[in-house]
Amino acid sequence: MIEAIDLTKRYGATTAVDGLSFTVPPGQVTGFLGPNGAGKSTTMRLILGLDAPSAGTVTVNGRPYGSYRRPLFQVGALLDAKGVHGGRSARDHLRALALSNGIPDSRVWAVLEQVGLRKVARKRAGGFSLGMAQRLGIAAALLGDPPVLMFDEPVNGLDPEGVHWIRTLLKTLAAEGRTVFLSSHLMSEMALTADRLIVIGRGRLIAETTVADFLDGGTGNHVRVRTPQAETLAGLLTGRGAKVERQGGDALRVTGATAGEIGDLARTHEMTLLELAEQQTSLEERYMELTADAVDYRTAEETFRAAPTTK
Amino acid sequence: MTATAIRTPPGSARRLGFLGVLRSEFLKLRSVPSTFWTLALTVVFNVVFAALAATFVAGRLSAADRQKVDGIRLALAGLHLSQVAIGVLGVLVMTSEYGTGMIRVTFAAVPRRRVVLAAKAMVFAATALVVGTVSSFAAYFVFQTLLSGSGTGLKSSLGDPGVLRAVTGGGLYLAVLGLLGLGLGTVIRAGAGAIATLFGLLFAPALLLDLLPHSWQSTVGPYLPMQAGSQIFVAVSGEPDSLGTWTGFGVFCLYAVAAVTVGFVLLDRRDA
Repeated sequence: MIEAIDLTKRYGATTAVDGLSFTVPPGQVTGFLGPNGAGKSTTMRLILGLDAPSAGTVTVNGRPYGSYRRPLFQVGALLDAKGVHGGRSARDHLRALALSNGIPDSRVWAVLEQVGLRKVARKRAGGFSLGMAQRLGIAAALLGDPPVLMFDEPVNGLDPEGVHWIRTLLKTLAAEGRTVFLSSHLMSEMALTADRLIVIGRGRLIAETTVADFLDGGTGNHVRVRTPQAETLAGLLTGRGAKVERQGGDALRVTGATAGEIGDLARTHEMTLLELAEQQTSLEERYMELTADAVDYRTAEETFRAAPTTK
Repeated sequence: MTATAIRTPPGSARRLGFLGVLRSEFLKLRSVPSTFWTLALTVVFNVVFAALAATFVAGRLSAADRQKVDGIRLALAGLHLSQVAIGVLGVLVMTSEYGTGMIRVTFAAVPRRRVVLAAKAMVFAATALVVGTVSSFAAYFVFQTLLSGSGTGLKSSLGDPGVLRAVTGGGLYLAVLGLLGLGLGTVIRAGAGAIATLFGLLFAPALLLDLLPHSWQSTVGPYLPMQAGSQIFVAVSGEPDSLGTWTGFGVFCLYAVAAVTVGFVLLDRRDA
């Protein structure tokens, strides 16, 4: 369990994290989402006591991280896969961490095996691909077999097989009752992995919810209907307060009525339905909706298009 | 939540905690190639310069020169280069972690940062002292062995006044200089900046001092880090203005203590 209360971090005039309060519960995968520069990595550094908060508190299993003498038994974290001395072997990197927390050497081999790096254990980490470096970082996080795991952009640089592997790993860890907290700017990744979401933008909390609830609020949710009697059905639906949009030919885009209601209506009026499907906003669209105001870095083209034309 | 029940870490004594960090830091020091190379250079500089001095310099000194030259200092001439190697290693012990981002992994594993710095300093100082002392003695014996012809006038034995202390002092000087580098590395965090500062501090003041009036040179000069520190590896001091053996070395130690102390203070105050 991770609990942040009014967490704030300022760097000079910039406020990277702004009064953030959230809870990451055990037994689930919680996704930490936000555009680049939203404050995800800063928040994770604050959780680990690497940066001191300007205001507010954050605790891990009820205590500030810095108060643990052997924190690797409490929290395993992967912040930056490149955070390894390139001249040191994977095995020595893990052994040094294990020694500092009194973790037996047998765990070093166990985690190397678990992440699939046993064969390259004696190779220098500097020669690792980004994917291998990610695996080494994950091995380090698993070293103390901790109840809380935290990963910053863990799928970066992994090949499809590696992405699949980490998804399975994260779900397994959560199913074992652990707290799993992972950040990403990739919604599609979250859709597949996370149970809960914490969405931030410009350091502020935008949403803290389950993935399902997050999607329910989407403005793009609608029902798509195709029928030869489109005109008639549209009239009937509008009469009942639904919003209907003709989409050319025999297709309708309906909001404000469920697929069930539309189906019943069609049957009552003996209409033929060619298609009836609920369309949910994709996680990606919903995310864009919510973070539109909070995106710090846009491409020049986007800014150009967003600006009113002077012609 | 059976799978996540927190196991009691084996051995919970506070002392074991520090011992673990100490062993961790010693492994870190041993497991990177830069440590091997800088220590190898330290030994090579000390021994090779002693051999060169004995072979090419000692025999060419005139009788008058030989009166003025300190044979021990000549034997330990390599210290002027090996100090560069050991100083770089001292800096790297800290800055390589900042440069790679490893420091965040280290501090996440051991949130008590001062414990990390203390362990790093102890492990490094012990290593530098052993390598420095052994190579200093090796240089001395190589020099003595290779002396020939008129150079034999520079022969000495460890029993002569100040000789044992001076040769041992070569190792002490290197260890303290390395700690100065480690302190600067902790304060500055960037390798290039810390190395530049370290060697600026060692070599620049002597050059600048030449521009100043002579009275200043004789009052300030002896307190400069290298001038003060080198007294420990001189058997018999020839320069009238220089500090005494232990006073000079004490002053040198103060520079290292100051750098490491500032490092300790800043470590907990700054974001990693």
